[in-house]
Amino acid sequence: MIIPRVPVQHRRLLPDRRLSGPTPWVIAILMMLTLLAAAAGVGLARSANAIGSAIAGRVTVQIVTANPVTRAQQAAALRRAAAAQPFVRSARSVGQEELQETLGQWFGSAEGNDPVLQSLPLPALIDIDFVGEDRSGHMAQLRALVAAEAPGARIIPHAEWLGPVAQLIRSLAWIAGGLVLLMTLASAAVVIMTARAALATHFPTIEILHLIGATDRQITRLFQRRIAIDTAYGIALGSVVAAAILLLIGWQWTGITSGLAATASLGPAGWALLLALPLLAIALAALTARQTLLAALKKIL
Amino acid sequence: MTDAPSPRPGGAMVEFDSVGLRYGPDAEVLCDISFNLQPGSFYFLTGPSGAGKTSLLKMLYLAQRPSRGIVRLFGEDLVHMPRQRLPGFRRRIGVVFQDFRLIPHLSARDNIALPLRIAGVGEEDLSGPVGEMLSWIGLGDRADARPATLSGGEQQRVAIARAVIARPQLLVADEPTGNVDPEMAMRLLGLFEALNRLGTTVVVATHDIHLISRIENAQMMRLERGRLADPTGALRYPPANRV
Repeated sequence: MIIPRVPVQHRRLLPDRRLSGPTPWVIAILMMLTLLAAAAGVGLARSANAIGSAIAGRVTVQIVTANPVTRAQQAAALRRAAAAQPFVRSARSVGQEELQETLGQWFGSAEGNDPVLQSLPLPALIDIDFVGEDRSGHMAQLRALVAAEAPGARIIPHAEWLGPVAQLIRSLAWIAGGLVLLMTLASAAVVIMTARAALATHFPTIEILHLIGATDRQITRLFQRRIAIDTAYGIALGSVVAAAILLLIGWQWTGITSGLAATASLGPAGWALLLALPLLAIALAALTARQTLLAALKKIL
Repeated sequence: MTDAPSPRPGGAMVEFDSVGLRYGPDAEVLCDISFNLQPGSFYFLTGPSGAGKTSLLKMLYLAQRPSRGIVRLFGEDLVHMPRQRLPGFRRRIGVVFQDFRLIPHLSARDNIALPLRIAGVGEEDLSGPVGEMLSWIGLGDRADARPATLSGGEQQRVAIARAVIARPQLLVADEPTGNVDPEMAMRLLGLFEALNRLGTTVVVATHDIHLISRIENAQMMRLERGRLADPTGALRYPPANRV
C-alpha cells in the first residue's frame, strides 16, 4: 500500500507537525520540472518520429536540362514512368508557379509574378514517395528509371537534409528523458534525507518504542505514512503547476500549423504517461522511505 | 502475539554466564558476569557510579547484546537470537529508566497505554486497565497532563505505570528513586513489591542502601569496576538450584 493505514492512536506517537518543512516544496519543484521535461521529451520524440517517417520514403528528382521544352518533356515522361512503377506510391510534379511562389518569399515578390523571377531558369522538380520499407532497392530502381527518362537529373533523398534535424530532435528527446531520470533520482534522494532526518529527530521516541516491544514494521509504517503524505502534497502541487504550464503552452501551440513545430504533440500515450508519473512518484517515495527506514532501524538493536 | 517462551519449570528466568561487554575498542565495562535470576524474586543491583550497573541493565532489557559470554532469557539464547524475534521478548520486560523517558507530546494516559497499544490491544480494552493504573499511582486526575507539566515524582510514577501495565514477567528499574523524596521513594518501592508479589521478577538498580532493607527476601547484586561480587556463589548457584 502506498500510504499505509495506521490507527489514529498510533499516529499520535509522532508529533502533529510536519516531519520536514521544506520537503513538500522541494518535491513540488522537482515534480514540476520532471513533468515538463517528460512532456518535452514525449513531444520531441513524437516530432522526430513524425519527421522520420515523413522523409524516410520520399525523394525529389531535380531535372536541370538547359532547354526548357526538353526539361518539361523529361519531367512529364519521368513522372508518368515513375507513377507506373509498383514501388512508387505517388509521383507529383512541382509546378513552376509553386516554385516561383516559394522563391518569391526570398525575392520579396508578394504574388510571385515578379518578371525577374519568371525569367529565372528554374529546374523541374518531381516529388516521389516510395512504397514500403525497402528504400535501398527502390533507390536503385529509381536511378535506373531516371537515367532512362531524364539523364543528368539529380535524385535528392529528403532523409539526407532533414535526417540530421530529426536526429537532433531525437537527441533532445533522449536528453529530456535523462533529465526525467535525474530528477527522479533527486526526488528519491530528498525522500531518503527526509526519512533519515525524521529518524534522527525522533530517535528518543523510536528507542522507547523499540524497548517497549514495537517491531520495525510498526515504526516504519508510522514514518512511511507521514513521509508519503508530505511527498504526496508536494507531488500534487508540482503536478498542478506543471499542468497549468503545459496547457498554456498547448494553447499557444495551436496557432502554429506549419513547419517542424506542427509535428510536436503529446498524443494520448504521452498524456497517459504524464498522468501516471505523479502516481509513480508517490509510490517511489513511499517505497524509498520504507527501505531507508528499515535499513536505518536494523542498525539499532 | 508473542513468540517468547516462558522459562522452563524450576529454571532461571535470566542466566548470565561469563558475560563481558565492551563499547568499541575500549576495555570491557563488564567482565565475567555470571548470575541466575529466579522467577518471582526481588533483586537489588548496587555499586558505585561507573561500576557498570546501567550497562548490565541494558543487557537485561535487551538494549544491548554482550560482547562475549552467554545470556539466556526465558530459557532462550539471546546472544545469537535474530533481531526480529526481540520485540516479542521485550514485551515481557518492563523498564523504568532513570530519566523516565516519557514521550513528551503524549499525555500521561497515552504514555501508560503505549505498551498495550504496541502489543495490539484494542482501544475498547485499554481504558479499564489504564484507568486502574492511573488510580494506582495516584494520578487519576492528571490523566491528560503532558509529562512537562508533571513533577519529577509524578513523571516517575507514570514511567513505572508504563513499565508494569502489560504485567511483565521481568521488571528492570534503573535508579527509580533517584529523583524523588524519601517518602515517594518508599511509595514507589511499595509498588514494586506489590508487583513482585504478583509474580514479577524485579531488578532494581539503586545507590540507596536504606531501600534494600525494606524488602524482605530481596537479594543484593553488587558491581565493582565491572565485576559482580558473589562471594558465596548464591547469585550464580541460587539455593533452589543447588544440588
